[in-house]
Amino acid sequence: MMRFIRSAFVIARRDFSATVLSKTFIFFLLAPLFPLVFGGVFGTISTRIASRNERPVIAVVWNQSDFDRLAKARQEMSDALGDDQVVKLAPFKPQADTDAQVRELLASRNVPVRAVMTGDLAHPHLTGSIAGDKGTAGQLRMLIDDARSAPAANTALQVTTVEASSGSLSTDRAVTAQIAQTLLFVLSILLSGMLLSQLIEEKSNKIIEVIAAAIPIDAMFVGKLFAMLAASVTGLVVWISAGALMIQMIKHGGVATLPPPAVGWPMFLALTIAYFGMNYLLLGAAFLTIGAQASTAREVQTLSMPVTFGQMLLLLFASTAIGAPDSTEGIAAAVFPLSSPLAMLARAAERAELWPHLLALLWQALWVAIILRVGAQLFRKTVLKSGPRRPWWKLGRA
Amino acid sequence: MLRQASSGNLAVEAVDLVKDFNETRAVDGVSLAVPTGSIFGLLGPNGAGKTTTLRMLLGIIDPSSGTRLVLGRDRPLEAAQEIGYLPEERGLYPAMHARDAIAFMGALRGLPIAEGRRRADALLSEHGLGEWSKKSIRTLSKGMAQTVQLLGTIIHKPRLIVLDEPFSGLDAINQARLEELIRREARAGVTVIFSTHVIAHAERLCERIAIIAKGKVAFDGRVDEARSRLRPIVRLRTRSSEGPWQAAIPANARREGDEYVFELPEGGPEPLLKALIDGGAGIETLAIERPGLHDAFVAIAGNKAAAEMAKEKPE
Repeated sequence: MMRFIRSAFVIARRDFSATVLSKTFIFFLLAPLFPLVFGGVFGTISTRIASRNERPVIAVVWNQSDFDRLAKARQEMSDALGDDQVVKLAPFKPQADTDAQVRELLASRNVPVRAVMTGDLAHPHLTGSIAGDKGTAGQLRMLIDDARSAPAANTALQVTTVEASSGSLSTDRAVTAQIAQTLLFVLSILLSGMLLSQLIEEKSNKIIEVIAAAIPIDAMFVGKLFAMLAASVTGLVVWISAGALMIQMIKHGGVATLPPPAVGWPMFLALTIAYFGMNYLLLGAAFLTIGAQASTAREVQTLSMPVTFGQMLLLLFASTAIGAPDSTEGIAAAVFPLSSPLAMLARAAERAELWPHLLALLWQALWVAIILRVGAQLFRKTVLKSGPRRPWWKLGRA
Repeated sequence: MLRQASSGNLAVEAVDLVKDFNETRAVDGVSLAVPTGSIFGLLGPNGAGKTTTLRMLLGIIDPSSGTRLVLGRDRPLEAAQEIGYLPEERGLYPAMHARDAIAFMGALRGLPIAEGRRRADALLSEHGLGEWSKKSIRTLSKGMAQTVQLLGTIIHKPRLIVLDEPFSGLDAINQARLEELIRREARAGVTVIFSTHVIAHAERLCERIAIIAKGKVAFDGRVDEARSRLRPIVRLRTRSSEGPWQAAIPANARREGDEYVFELPEGGPEPLLKALIDGGAGIETLAIERPGLHDAFVAIAGNKAAAEMAKEKPE
């Protein structure tokens, strides 16, 4: 066993040095910045475009006092739901020929009018292309009802604010779970390409023969996997530190304002690292096994797409655990080895018990060992062309 | 069972090794016995099964059937720390420094990396590559890179060295250096097995050889035993062109220019000489040559295998 560990360490040290000490590792560290930069750039562009485009409005052809009451009702709804969520209103003075005014407004190019409301507060009438748009008519009905009510009739609501309630916590924790899952997914996407091509160097350099003659193939697989894990943890530490620093600088109140996970922040961060490790090892072992079958960079590229789709399916499956970790789907996602880390991380955000995590980590570790074992045997069998023809259930001897 | 049957003075013992790749049988019942401290040559044309046999002996691949015992272990990887291996297809990490590449190969065989670097520096200096120690492999010439890999093969002071076509790609000077290195290791008690398709190397270096053709061992024994399978060759040039002395020349003698070339008759040189002198041959030159390994190879493996080897790139 000691020799196995020492052999794996020799491979891991070589790979880790070759990865971390290379110039390209700087790009690896900068990788998460790219989506942020792109997000910022495209966000600004889309905001500009949105601001340039005038949004469709409801032209209200009422007398001023009726319109003011409607506008007041709209303001109250806007305060509750957000301005973007409530229909826009534009006042127009009634003209003698109402039908002509309606036609003119609907054809207006200066203001994009979706519909025209005529009559008055007591007898409103809506004309416009709103077939299938029940929201606009519905909102207008609510606004009109509100505008018709006397101010005294409005229910006074006294508000006492507490820090958290079960409702707000479950929502916040679901957000935390989703952010954590997405982060883990993005990291594994970043690493999958690197893992797929891990053995190409050895195979193209022919050094695989020297290694295979000196140490067990399993040890080489384990060494390569842990080298990449160490390199990615290095990256993770840099990214988390940089991210926390950014949040601290940008968000008022810093990281303390983020939605709190059920197990608490310290345990959640520890579990994030543990599940990142397991997610990496599980997917890594699988990718290493798949990539080991490839002989050239071209074959690795060909394999990348199905592997990425596979990862997206895993994310979708694991996301069923968000909000319902004890549901059948949530438990299935936690039990299925390749989605287990993602599903369990979501659980950590939403449920406080710790024992399922211990169980899950052991379960995931078992599967890492199984996949690595099968991967090494497959490599010996298909790449090194080793061994007699044995059925797969007898593949045990290294 | 093989472990018990094995003699203590054998570094490698293989019995009936068979290797099938799908429907192709690459090695067909190879048995070998390599004495400890000897230089053992594996001869045969390309595709004969030499590399596959070596890979099975090293545990890189498992045989389809048969058994092997390497340095007393039936799982060769368990003895990996005492074995050095230079594969036919050479490979190093191009970005590694020469000393690190050697130390890495030592580390794979259990040598601590710091000790490996120290030994690597010494070995590189000894082989005239001291100034290249901290240069990356990609900056070395092909010959230098091969030397680096060879040094990586012996850095951990193995008891058994396996070299697959080690002379391939080396110039004459480096071939001579390699021959000397092999002899020096053998003098130190190290067992050296190497495969080659160049008979001259085996003839100069080996005490024992195995000739492999079409996956089977056609001969396994001492080099002089291989040669002794053939009778000595007589080369005769006479002043007389005709006479009763011609009765002493075997019927299957051939003419090479002015010379008669034939196997020495079973009676030996004395009756032949007497018959030639008495018959008035007027002997101008008479040479009795010991057959070379090439002749033995032709006799053992057949003309076709010899022709295939002759077609391969000469080193």
